[in-house]
Amino acid sequence: MKKDPKIIVFCCNWCSYAGADNAGVAKVQIKPHFRIIRTMCSSRIDPELIIEAFKKGAWGVLVLGCHPGDCHYKNGNYKTLRKVKLLKRMLAQFGIEDDRLRLDWVSSNEGEKFGKVVNKMIDDIEKLGPLDLSYAETEVE
Amino acid sequence: MGKPKVAFYWCASCGGCEEAVIDLAEDILTVVDAVDIVFWPVAMDFKKKDVQAMDDGAIAVSFINGAVRTDEQVEMVELLRKKSGLIVAFGACAHIGGIPGLANFSNSKEILNTLYRDLDTVDNKEGVIPQTRTKVKSGEVTLPRFHDTVKTLDQVIDVDYYLPGCAPPPDLIMGAITAILKGELPTKGSVLAPEKSLCDSCRLNKTKPEKLTMKEIKRPHEIKIDPDLCFLAQGLICLGPATRGGCGERCINANMPCRGCFGPVGNVVDHGAKILSSIASILGMEDEETVPEEEVDKLLDGIVDPGGLFYMYSLPSSLLKRKKLD
Repeated sequence: MKKDPKIIVFCCNWCSYAGADNAGVAKVQIKPHFRIIRTMCSSRIDPELIIEAFKKGAWGVLVLGCHPGDCHYKNGNYKTLRKVKLLKRMLAQFGIEDDRLRLDWVSSNEGEKFGKVVNKMIDDIEKLGPLDLSYAETEVE
Repeated sequence: MGKPKVAFYWCASCGGCEEAVIDLAEDILTVVDAVDIVFWPVAMDFKKKDVQAMDDGAIAVSFINGAVRTDEQVEMVELLRKKSGLIVAFGACAHIGGIPGLANFSNSKEILNTLYRDLDTVDNKEGVIPQTRTKVKSGEVTLPRFHDTVKTLDQVIDVDYYLPGCAPPPDLIMGAITAILKGELPTKGSVLAPEKSLCDSCRLNKTKPEKLTMKEIKRPHEIKIDPDLCFLAQGLICLGPATRGGCGERCINANMPCRGCFGPVGNVVDHGAKILSSIASILGMEDEETVPEEEVDKLLDGIVDPGGLFYMYSLPSSLLKRKKLD
């Protein structure tokens, strides 16, 4: 049986979560294979949480924050940018495909963009398939 | 009643943890007076069969150092688990994987080929690679299988306590032994060291600027390090903020930044991810509003090997544990 992709979308409370809300109100058509986790700021999303999402079965992780300059806390999203960029470099060393982690900016009135970014992520991740991390738990002869 | 029986064993380790026992100096005499050492391959002539002959649980405590990466090590630690009341993971490798754990960025085939065939200094024209079974004139000889994945001790057997460090410092070792002898041990699974980070006790903490920002990354060989200024403030990556303290800041006092041998602070699972978060936050923080994305990439280029640096001691105990196996 073909499995549906699972995407975790981390949204900050002030811009991107409101953007997701906006997408709902505007009835933007989005594929159902994603789950939103809301945090107060995108910089709250510790790299440990992203790795844990992968460990728990996420095929991909999408981090959404306020546009640069628009952070509710002034400059949390600049830290998010550096954290995600550095984490992507490190995940590559573990053999995890670059496309599985993505960062984008969505403001509260960008429902349209929210839909586009999430749909694109789902399409790209569907091509990659599930992220199988079981090799870390078993010893192959 | 006889003295409590104690065993020491080593797996994938460098021998530094064995040295650490000797580093107890004259305190070791107190230890030897109080206990009976029944197994210690590096120092005393007892064999595996001597351990096998003991009753289950006959050894009060086994101190096991080194990570686990061969069949032989698995067999020995399983045997010691059966025969021991307490198992203490001794040192960074047994605790969180240690330096041998970096092999998890590779696999057994790559490692054996490099070591026995491909290195310039290897003279091995026939390309002989170690095998688990080899036929020789007198019959068949065997070697333990070398695993793809290096494991921490608690990924193989149940571990009661952890003594962190590369190697554990004498005061923590003595503290652990005293606690065991007196029966004053904390909850099972505890790390026998402080919960707080290295920065908390670091003498350079007071030199850390109010708003700590790293303008660029420097590597220790690239600059003349000021021994009296917080390394992070000098642009050197120091794992102190995410690393458990209690080591006595041996590296800091030797003018080298922390590399994380004590593992993560209490309540943190993934040491590397945590320090990555911390370093990425302060890197180029000063004028982050005006720095274009390409500049951010350039700043990050200063961290040549993020995986190897942030997980220098803790790769096997990280959430991902190893590089993807094909």
